[in-house]
Amino acid sequence: MKNWLFLIVLIFINKLSLAQNENAEMADIMRRDGKIYVVVAVILIIFIGIILYLVRLDSKISKLEKQQ
Amino acid sequence: MNKWWWKILAVLLLVYTIIAGLLFDVPRIQILNETIRNLYFHVCMWFAMMILFTISVVHAVKYLRTNNLKSDILSRHYAVVGIVFGLLGYATGAMWASYTWVDPNNPAAASFGAIAREPKLIGAAIALLIYFAYLVLRDSIQDIDKKARISSVYNIFAFAFLFPSIWIIPRLLPSLHPGGDGNPALNPQDIDDRMRLIFYPAVIGWTLLGVWIATLKVRLSILKEKNLLSK
Repeated sequence: MKNWLFLIVLIFINKLSLAQNENAEMADIMRRDGKIYVVVAVILIIFIGIILYLVRLDSKISKLEKQQ
Repeated sequence: MNKWWWKILAVLLLVYTIIAGLLFDVPRIQILNETIRNLYFHVCMWFAMMILFTISVVHAVKYLRTNNLKSDILSRHYAVVGIVFGLLGYATGAMWASYTWVDPNNPAAASFGAIAREPKLIGAAIALLIYFAYLVLRDSIQDIDKKARISSVYNIFAFAFLFPSIWIIPRLLPSLHPGGDGNPALNPQDIDDRMRLIFYPAVIGWTLLGVWIATLKVRLSILKEKNLLSK
């Protein structure tokens, strides 16, 4: 019985420590300044560039296949 | 350029992953902080690798059943793209771990000692090395049919070895790596619903991108084979 009580207290303490996670440090200032959009834009440009390269490769291979 | 729609779907899903992955709300967790967003990138690499290796082994079995060399080409290129995704997963994992697993109170060497002993890292390294050996074995055999048969059989062995090395053994040993118990990222209890909304599309998007690259390589090598035969 005592063990059970101890376990329940432990679980409760565990929940408390989880609640403290709410103060975990995040890049809130970066978001408030809107600078995060710059990062998103840069990554998107690089990604779209790589995809365009893939599309070009794809169409080149299609052309080769047609020549066969 | 036949069958466009899934390529467009892959691009749309990945654009969504990048935008939502960086901008949407995530749970606030100590130590992880903003790096929790790596779930959409690092974990997806391993999911994509696993799916690509599965496609590869299916084609290996198909080759052994039908002796059609096209299945062998497919099997090889899916394995190569799977390895690329595995390497990317490894590199991103190393980056992530070096900021979240390292104890700032200890000298760097001590932390490295602890990280290098991680069963998940060792298991993943073994799995990737076995797939490297697949490529070495393949390209060391001259005869086309023998090459296809031996490498298909080896592919099945390599795929079977993925399970103990990356799924079973890391779960039997204590590890810093999350997802040690249950199904990592699939269990409803260990991933936040907000993240699930981005994570699943991300897995599909990265996998489709891998399939796209693999099909390009397959088509190119089929063209090459045809040229060889017609000469």
